[in-house]
Amino acid sequence: MRIAKMLVFVVLLSMSLATAWAAGNSIQIKGSDTMVNLGQAWSEAYMQQHKDALVAVTGGGSGTGIAALISGTCDIAESSRSMKEEEIAQAKTKGIVPQEFKVGLDGLAVVVNPANSVEKLTIDQLADIFTGKIKNWKEVGGKDAPIVLLSREVNSGTHVYFKEHVLRKGNPKSTVEFDSSALLMSSSQAIADEVSQNSNAIGYYGMGYISKSQKAIAVAKDAQSQYYTPTLENVVSNKYYISRPLFFYTNGQPQGLVKDFVDFVFSPAGQQIVKDTDFVPVK
Amino acid sequence: MQKTLNKKFVKEWLIERCIYFSGIASIIFVCLIFIFLVKEGFSLFKNVSIVDFLLGQKWYPISTPASFGILSLIVGSLYVTLGATIIAVPIGIASAVYIAEVAPVKIREVLKSGIEILAAIPSVVLGFIGMMTLVPWVKNTFHLPTGLTAFSGALMLAFMAMPTIVSIAEDSLNAVPKRYKEAALALGATRWQAIWRVILPAASSGILAAVMLGIGRVIGETMAVMMITGNAARIPDSLFQPVRTLTATVAAEMGETVRGSDHYYALFAIGIVLFIITFFINLIADLAVHNKRK
Repeated sequence: MRIAKMLVFVVLLSMSLATAWAAGNSIQIKGSDTMVNLGQAWSEAYMQQHKDALVAVTGGGSGTGIAALISGTCDIAESSRSMKEEEIAQAKTKGIVPQEFKVGLDGLAVVVNPANSVEKLTIDQLADIFTGKIKNWKEVGGKDAPIVLLSREVNSGTHVYFKEHVLRKGNPKSTVEFDSSALLMSSSQAIADEVSQNSNAIGYYGMGYISKSQKAIAVAKDAQSQYYTPTLENVVSNKYYISRPLFFYTNGQPQGLVKDFVDFVFSPAGQQIVKDTDFVPVK
Repeated sequence: MQKTLNKKFVKEWLIERCIYFSGIASIIFVCLIFIFLVKEGFSLFKNVSIVDFLLGQKWYPISTPASFGILSLIVGSLYVTLGATIIAVPIGIASAVYIAEVAPVKIREVLKSGIEILAAIPSVVLGFIGMMTLVPWVKNTFHLPTGLTAFSGALMLAFMAMPTIVSIAEDSLNAVPKRYKEAALALGATRWQAIWRVILPAASSGILAAVMLGIGRVIGETMAVMMITGNAARIPDSLFQPVRTLTATVAAEMGETVRGSDHYYALFAIGIVLFIITFFINLIADLAVHNKRK
């Protein structure tokens, strides 16, 4: 009886040791919800080529990923915004030296329900809509109906980017905020679902989430400029106004498996995956 | 002989200590949690006054300068909780009465296990179902600009509070001595009169406890409300507007906060507010149960 128990114990111990051993062959990636599908696609393709490697991808928001990198619980943080100064300072106090890689570009689409007659908006109109100055669709050429604002939660890099570049128009001194009536949704998919059900809603997310149930608005920098829709060509040629870089952050220069993975991301195959998941490649 | 006695004594002493420790463990944990909450949460009040925190209407935690006013969040939580209570309590008590007093044995067993299953559904599943079915329904039925409202949250949470209310209320109805009912019926009361005039009043303290525990369940619920109440931090005029609750705020923003920032402390301060609210709800429930035992 005792011997049997001992045997079970030894087997369990060796199994846990084996898992720990295997952990040396794994990469933890965490962060941006915008990039989680992209990260997953990279990881699957990479694991196809390297059968013994394990690449785990989780979302949670850019801030979540960066916080995880700082606390040392992930190898790569995916982020749809650049790291804030206080985050970098905080990382340094913990002995982490963030290294930035621009792995792709993303056009931020402003979406409405396909039944909505509004086709195009200027940045000023968008800012007025999301700050609550424009409250009815008829003020921008639509039907007489209240505008329902959909935004992401504050842990989202998309939220921060949209606020800084659309609401505040890139002016760092501006203190403009989303109107407090804006619904804060927990994911891009939640915004997509609500927009497809609600003909009064307007929301924003990475262009990868656009489907037939939503309509992307054509955006112009100002009333004199031309309107562009968020397509691959318009983002690459920099014509579409609301586009942003997507980042990887690692601790110092990547080494070993992490370096191999980052190299794969920048390889032609890796950049093709960026294109396949509706983002814009950097190379 | 002496040795075995001694051994027995030590063994008994050890077991006694272990049981004692297990007994007070939950109290120790509660105290530790409270101390931790207070320690982290009170750091906020070095920079933000308590009045601004509790009565401020603006919740812009990541702006510079940030504003940490949770009044709209408190009101949001209260709206959802009150709405859920108004829906769940009458249905819950009626269903408990039916199960305990009216239903035939076979139906009673089926209903009881059904309610247990309802209690076992994870809240994220209910939230998901609510988002897909309830939210569009609320929007179309009441002709609202959006279905993500306090009312949708209240309806969904009523489902979650119901199992708690039904099972505890049913227990307390069963605890009413049989002779009460028999005496009432013998005096010529109808079945309904016996239930309404005799059994329900006799079980009232247990039912109050059931209601309070149900409310406690609702106010602490996070996932489902986060998915279907819209999360707009603004004081609503009616149940048919989006609200942001205390719990959803903590859950949605915890990941982003930089440890040691005001935002981080503010979320802990929200935790203290929630802790105090649930503490008083449980206290009332406890007093009610105590009252009954006398």
